[in-house]
Amino acid sequence: MNVVNNKWIGQRTIRPDGVDKVTGRAAFAADTTMPGMIWGKVLRSPHPHARIKSINTKKAEALPGVKAVVTSRDIVDFRIEKGAVMLGIQDMRWMCRNVMARDKALFPGHPVAAVAATTEAIAAEACKLIEVDYEVLPWAIEIDDALKPDAPILHEFNKFDGKPSNIMGRIESKKGDIAQGFKDADVVIERSFTTRPVHQGYIEPHACLISVAADGKTTIWSSSQGQFMVRAMTSMLTGIPQSDIRAIPAEIGGGFGGKTIVYLEPLATLLAKKSGRPVKMVMTREEVMRATGPTSGSKSTVKIGAKKDGTIVAAHGSFYLQAGAFPGSPIRGAVGCSFAPYDIPHVLSEGFDVCSNRSKVAAYRAPGAPIGAYAVECVLDELAEALKMDPLALRLKNAAKEGTKAAHGPVFPRIGYIETLEAAKNHPHYAAPLGKYQGRGVASGFWFNAGGESSAQVNITEDGNVVVTTGHPDIGGSRAGIANICAELLGIDYRRVSVIIGDTQTVGFSNLTGGSRVLFASSMVVTQAADKVIATLRERAAKIWEIDPEAVKWENGAAHPVSPNAGQFEPLTLADLAEKAPSQGGPIGASVQLNTQGAEGGFGTHICDVEVDVELGIVRVIRYTAVQDVGRAVHPSYVEGQLQGGVAQGIGWALNEEYIYNKDGKVDNPGFLDYRMPVCSDLPMLDCALVEVPNPKHPQGVKGVGEVPLVPVMAAVANAVHDALGKRFYSLPMSPPKVSAALDAPAQQAAE
Amino acid sequence: MAKLHVTTSVNGEPVEFLCEPYETMLDALRGQLGLTGSKEGCATGDCGACSITLDGRLVCSCLMLAAEAEGHEIRTIEGMAKGGELHPLQQKFLEHAALQCGICTSGMLVASEALLARNSNPTEEEVRFWLAGNLCRCTGYDKIVRAVMETAAEMRETAR
Repeated sequence: MNVVNNKWIGQRTIRPDGVDKVTGRAAFAADTTMPGMIWGKVLRSPHPHARIKSINTKKAEALPGVKAVVTSRDIVDFRIEKGAVMLGIQDMRWMCRNVMARDKALFPGHPVAAVAATTEAIAAEACKLIEVDYEVLPWAIEIDDALKPDAPILHEFNKFDGKPSNIMGRIESKKGDIAQGFKDADVVIERSFTTRPVHQGYIEPHACLISVAADGKTTIWSSSQGQFMVRAMTSMLTGIPQSDIRAIPAEIGGGFGGKTIVYLEPLATLLAKKSGRPVKMVMTREEVMRATGPTSGSKSTVKIGAKKDGTIVAAHGSFYLQAGAFPGSPIRGAVGCSFAPYDIPHVLSEGFDVCSNRSKVAAYRAPGAPIGAYAVECVLDELAEALKMDPLALRLKNAAKEGTKAAHGPVFPRIGYIETLEAAKNHPHYAAPLGKYQGRGVASGFWFNAGGESSAQVNITEDGNVVVTTGHPDIGGSRAGIANICAELLGIDYRRVSVIIGDTQTVGFSNLTGGSRVLFASSMVVTQAADKVIATLRERAAKIWEIDPEAVKWENGAAHPVSPNAGQFEPLTLADLAEKAPSQGGPIGASVQLNTQGAEGGFGTHICDVEVDVELGIVRVIRYTAVQDVGRAVHPSYVEGQLQGGVAQGIGWALNEEYIYNKDGKVDNPGFLDYRMPVCSDLPMLDCALVEVPNPKHPQGVKGVGEVPLVPVMAAVANAVHDALGKRFYSLPMSPPKVSAALDAPAQQAAE
Repeated sequence: MAKLHVTTSVNGEPVEFLCEPYETMLDALRGQLGLTGSKEGCATGDCGACSITLDGRLVCSCLMLAAEAEGHEIRTIEGMAKGGELHPLQQKFLEHAALQCGICTSGMLVASEALLARNSNPTEEEVRFWLAGNLCRCTGYDKIVRAVMETAAEMRETAR
């Protein structure tokens, strides 16, 4: 029996890793050195598309200070014709070609060789001495160009509709019969949209430090969203067995999905193996922008039909997403999430995975879902306008609820979408007055969330405190949530709980930090481990008191008899029982490993106010409220932080961020000056309204919260811009040149 | 080319080092001086993760040559807490959860301290424009701005 009084769950405690991070002591990927360490650098293709006829590394190898050179010959080949070899969502056939080009370079920045030398400068110099004979090929970057009948084909083996194609795959979610559905509709709105590729924008560039001993024992120090993913991919690409690779998770300086794959680790491992020296590699910002995954640019068409009373009867979405050099754009998110907030009888949602000569996409916060929601939620705004309905009322009329069958498959259990709409409608923000050139928009969003494999150990120290080890890199404060939960369960002050992230050889397999799964999954395993520890503590007390363990309860950090009938004993605290442990059965601790189930999807509804500077075309967000069903806010500050961070990224995506390509097919803005992420003076305070509809399948009611908040943002901003100007924008970003051009358009016409 | 000999002060302690003429202050700090609290996010002065002060003036250490430290006083995030006691800004950042991944935090704190040194009562707009050179991708800045404003208010109260 374990008495929980909710003393710590829901408290804004200080995070376990906080002091290290405010004093500069926390060690991130680039912050560590090893004795004898040398530096690795990557030679990258200058061409968007080129056949590699030969690579000559002799001159580079001869340069004094150079210790090793690797090319694709050194990397394990997963042959295309042998079929997919999946690791999570990644196919190793593409991964082995993405970390190092084999027969073809497919984007500017694609690695073609890597060098390790005694200094960074020598390694960079050696890269220039490598002779690559390229046969430059025609290229296509934009979706329209990649889909042209005569488009250059990136992967010649691929056929779509029987013809060579850059469309690498199609998926669909279907429900009912849309042809019938649209016949039933009184009003039908159909619009097409485009979005640009945007980068995750983590401030910490990819970096690693790797040592390979003469016996093959390998130590990897790197920052990623999964040390086990790093170990598995490095093992598969280098041939070193997983048992010989210890991947240590450094503190990670932001990921947002972009660090769910490897770029440098296999190269540094091979360089370290060849040279016999530890090798450090750190990307420049330019390399990050050119060669690591942004998310897809997109082209979407969405058609929605409704009855006069606002009942939506049919919806059709088709989403073309740029995968970049290799298949794997997030069409599943666009297809599955876009219509999920609504109960619609006839739905067809289809996605097309389009390769083009641009860096391979990596996951970005609710991958694909914001792209789909942007199109759907903008069409809903037009539908509400056509029906003369309040946009929230339209959504409420059609909101998914318990029992609704989503087009992507599941029948929803108890969900909190309607609660978010009600909360938005009743929020003072929604009724606040607006001034000239100001406008308000709303939009909703859904993300699947995820469970999956997690492991944890809960150990009681000899002095009666607690160490929790989990296997998920903590990006946004998950350790703080775990500390709260563990303190709650054990009935002790949260400061007595130390939470650390174990490396691959010290904690059991734990899947990626991704899919908004970390607190959901790790608190499930930590809860079970803590329950086991509490069972042990009660048994120990029972043994000491010579009573039945069932007659012992755990409360406020101590064992007590359940009632006076059980006997009169002084409570035995955690410290007492830890002290007596050696004589009462030994160390106290438990580990649990699970494939966690029961992660339920999350819903959010956002309200955005903008003001447009009509002289300069600048759109400013002046007020923002994010409402979300968060299940249970275990640490409200970090839940709010997830909402605020997602909103800020969405505002960037909506208003400024985009990859710009020059005439040679190269990214023309590969730095923070020209790739314009929101800075502090661009944003207002970002208000959050947390709706808590607990997840019945989780011991603390937790739902994933990290990804939903990016999903509605671009549509909310676009709808607000329409409200301010009476003009709709069908392509992102709504940057000053685009807004100015739209504002000038009628004036120009009038002048003619 | 021969290395340059530099005599300077880092966080109040006398320091001597040798550097290449092209070496940045950030490289010297993170490399031979072992002070990795200052981070490199861009190396072009756009992200502010490497913020330090030079004689009290806020600078991006990635844009400063190490040799320029000669005869000046450098302060970094490592010098912000006094002994075991956190600076009020550091404490407030923790209380407000004004950090998530933490990579921008060093620079944010150094920049915020430099602001409060010259303006003990900044408006929200002043805080936002002062910190506009420090990128944060995790927080949306909300909790950072609140932490700085609240620290300023408390420091004014303490100074009375």
